[in-house]
Parts: sequence; structure tokens; C-alpha cells
Amino acid sequence: MSNNIVNLAQVHKSFGTVNALNGIDLNLAEGEVLGLFGHNGAGKSTLMKMILGLFEPTQGTIEVMGHNPTSSKAAKVRQQIGYLPENVSFYDQLTGQEVLTYFARLKRIKLSRVNQLLDEVGLAPAMLRQVKTYSKGMRQRLGLAQAMLGSPKLLLLDEPTVGLDPIATHQFYQSVDSLKRQGSAVILCSHVLPGVERHISKLMIVSGGKTLAAGTISQLRQQTQLPVIIKTRGLNHQQLDGLDLGVFIDQAQDDSVDLHVPNDIAQQVLVKIAPLPQLTHFEMTHASLEDLYLHYLQQSQPTRIKEVS
Amino acid sequence: MMGPIFTVARKEFKDGFRNRWIVAISGIYALLAIGLAFFGAAASGTLGFVSLDSTMSALASLAVFIIPLIALMLCYDAFVGEQESGTLLLLLTYPLSKTQLLLGKFVGHGAILAVANIIGFGTAALVVCLFGEEVDVANVIAKFSAFIAYAILLSWVFIGVAFTISCLVDEKSKAAGLALICWFLLVLVFDLALLALLVAGDGIIDAQMLPYLLWLNPTDLFRLINLNGLSLDEYAGVMSVAAGAQFSQPTLILVMLMWVILPLGLANFLFNRKGL
Repeated sequence: MSNNIVNLAQVHKSFGTVNALNGIDLNLAEGEVLGLFGHNGAGKSTLMKMILGLFEPTQGTIEVMGHNPTSSKAAKVRQQIGYLPENVSFYDQLTGQEVLTYFARLKRIKLSRVNQLLDEVGLAPAMLRQVKTYSKGMRQRLGLAQAMLGSPKLLLLDEPTVGLDPIATHQFYQSVDSLKRQGSAVILCSHVLPGVERHISKLMIVSGGKTLAAGTISQLRQQTQLPVIIKTRGLNHQQLDGLDLGVFIDQAQDDSVDLHVPNDIAQQVLVKIAPLPQLTHFEMTHASLEDLYLHYLQQSQPTRIKEVS
Repeated sequence: MMGPIFTVARKEFKDGFRNRWIVAISGIYALLAIGLAFFGAAASGTLGFVSLDSTMSALASLAVFIIPLIALMLCYDAFVGEQESGTLLLLLTYPLSKTQLLLGKFVGHGAILAVANIIGFGTAALVVCLFGEEVDVANVIAKFSAFIAYAILLSWVFIGVAFTISCLVDEKSKAAGLALICWFLLVLVFDLALLALLVAGDGIIDAQMLPYLLWLNPTDLFRLINLNGLSLDEYAGVMSVAAGAQFSQPTLILVMLMWVILPLGLANFLFNRKGL
């Protein structure tokens, strides 16, 4: 038996004639945070719901903490899973405190944790107000508190930062980091890419129910061979040509030159230009999560068009 | 096993207090019973309390319309409502089974209606004892207690029916429509159809079988159970079907209990099969 929290092998799911998932493989170990990315309808939410045991796979196997999540033995496992659904909603006529108390009771968690959690997500001042008076961001924070009940071993978050202001987003990622340090596994499903990269240990890009790419960010950078962009100031075309770097020049304007350099030789290029006395400033940017995401989606476009026709 | 059921039941029961369901239903029941006790005989020219048996008989035949309606209104959205709002999805990711959730909701809603029945009709009994002329207090308490017990049983039957409807459809509005149709069929159409069968289809159905047809409708069972305990000269309308067959009270109560269990079982089956 592996010590993976989540194991998916060749999981297929179809609803009638619609194939929602087509052969997904996924392994997630303790302390890993997986970023799950894809456009609307790519199958992200379906994947999460299957890990939660809400549907049986049409084909393939799912194991969560050593159990099939749809089996009757999974109730114990569910105790250790936190889930934040997309567009979370609660009982409007209850107060924030009553909502969280209800969910804490269902999970058999000490009720003293309720006020503590409400405080952590910044809802303490509003906890005695009915949920119907809450703003979108406050509902989202209540949803997060709900998902964090009982320090889950596995946390599934569907669009967790939608509606959160920058400070709340920052606090949210801090809680994710601290759960990760405690050994929880987290699946983070998001459209919002900037800022996520620092908090995820690996990522998976899905489209049309298939995995387009999976691995760590550096693995995917390697795979895509997306260039590293080096922006320089003070150098000119001739000087770079003299160093045999002319082929990498993407844009040159007066004394500012941009180089697009393959990932694996970026360091050598830096070593070459760094000693030049004319160099006043430089910036190096790796392909961002957004660049990787767009790259893989664009790659998959032709096949997607074929499938439709 | 019992933990989650109790948690869900407690929440549902508190909701019943919060949105004033308990107060409203109790008020309706009390008004209905008091009105019938003191003004029921107005049509025949007498005002004031006449007799306990005629009051109970009138109460049984009016309550049979209102009790199912109230239970259906309270419970038709128990599942489809939470499905529409999205909370059902979240609940099902918690460590509780669908059956536990259903039973919890049944206990909660069942308690709401039981309390409302007891407060509503209990108040009426109290008023009859205090203001009725020449009443035998012990008899009033006995008759009303029995009536309340049967009323609670009928309420529970229709909670099961409402749950079945709620698990059958995916939209709240559809559930509301279906609940209304269900009420209309069981409370009104069934008796008319049975009477028509009696009058027009002479001999089609074996006379011995006829009384058992009343078992197919919980509202008729409710009336039978109530009339059985009263010393009335004749059964009116469709109840006359049963005049010949002397069903014992325990038999009728047992059949009524089956009517609680069967729809609830059906609802549980549908709920466990339902996709999200």
C-alpha cells in the first residue's frame, strides 16, 4: 500500500453520452498541494466530486486514504476531508455561528473550534448575524472555515479565492501553507493563476476531461521549452552578437534588449552577459503558470476542434 | 449511527421554531378545533358546545383535509430545496449517509408536527374543559389524546409522502405542484372515485373486498380510526363502506403505521439513487 492520500488510476466518467472524464491518473501524497487548472467544463469539479465519493467512476479506480470513497467504509474517511464547493451556499436564515456549529456537530468536532475558526477567517464580528446579510466574500470565508473544520488530511477547494479581497486571499494561502506543513494534502482548483504558483507543489491542467499536462512547474517548464525572458539594459545588438547571443534577441530598442533563451541554457547566458561593464540592469522571468497554461491549451486546440467536428 | 440523525433532527426542529411554523400550525389547529366545538352546531340553530362525540366527528372530517396539506407544505422542499440551494451537495460530503440524513429530517419534521398537534388540539381540549357546559373532563382528555395521537400519525404519513416527492424531482416548483396534486388525489378524488365505483359499478368489486379499499388511502384510515372510537349512529359518505367490516382499532393503527414506513422507505430508495 502506498502512503498516498489520493490515488486515481485511469478514471473515466460519463453522464449519459457526455464524457466528463477520460482516463485521469492522479497521485497525491501527504503535504502536497496540487493546483488543478482548466477552463469551465473541463472536468475539474467532476474530478473533485468523484474524489469526495459523490459519483462512482464509469471506469477506473479511485482510492482516498486507502478506501473507495463511495464505499460504506468511507464515512470515517470523510471525517478527515474538507471541501469547499464552487459558489458555496448556506442556510440563509441561520447565523454564521449556527451554520458552522451544525457542520462541526456533523463532523463531531469540538464546538470550541467553531468560534476559533470564525475568528481565523475574520468573521468573528459578524458571527451572530444571519448568513443572508453576508457579502459574497464573507460567505466564501465561512465556506473556508467550514472546509477547515477538524484539520482535514485532505482538502478540496473549488475556486477558493473567488470574492476574497487581497488580504483575505493572502490569509487563505497562509492557512493552506500551514495545513501543508502539518502534512495535509490539498487540491486547489482555480481560474485565478497569478499568485498560486508559490503555494502549489505540482499542477495538473485538464481539458475536455483529459489531462493535458501534469507535474511540477519546473518539469512543465522543461517539457514545454518555453523560453526564459532576460531583459537587459545598457547592452546593444553588436555586443550580444559578439557573444553569439544574437539569435536569442527578441526585441531591441536603443539600449534595452530582450532575450528569449531556452530554459536549459539560461544560466550560461547569464554568466556570459553578467561581466559586461555596460550592463546596468537585468531581469529574468521564467515562464509563468499562465504562460504554461496557455501553451498547453493552445496545443490542445486542434484536437479539440477535431473532436467537435 | 444515531449521532448524525440527532444532529440533523435538532437543526430541522429549530428551523421549525425559527420560521414560526410551529406557532402557525398550532394556531390553525387550535382555532379549527375550538371553532368546531363551539360553533359546529350553528347550522342546526344552536350555538355553544353540544356534544363531545359530534365535535370529534366533525373535527376528524375537517382535520383530514388540513393535516395532510400542512405536512406536505412543511416538507415538500426538504431535499429538493437543499439541492437547489447547494447545501445538499456539501452535506453529502460529510460523514453521514443519505439514510441518516433522511431519518434525521424525518425525526425533526415529525417532532415539529407532533408538537404543533399537541399544542394546537391540546389547547382546544383545554378550552372545551374550561368553557364547555356539562363536560366530563376525563372523557374530553381521553378522546382528545386519542385524536392527537392519530393526527400525529397522519402527519407522519404525509411527511413520508412529501419526502418521496422531494426526492423524485429536481425542482422545487415541480415538487410543490406534485404535492398539491397528491393532496387533491388522496383527500378528494379517491373518495369520489370510490363512491362512484360503489354506485355505478354494482357488483364489480366483491362486497367483502370493498372495505379494504379504504386501506389504500391514509386519509380514509384516519377517519375510520377516529370514527371507530365514537358512538355514532351512522357513518356518512364513503365511510359507510366500512360500516359492515368491523376493523379492530389495533389493525387500523398498524395499517396506518405501514403508511408511515412505506413512503419513507420509498423516499429513502429514491434519495439513495438520486444523482447530484
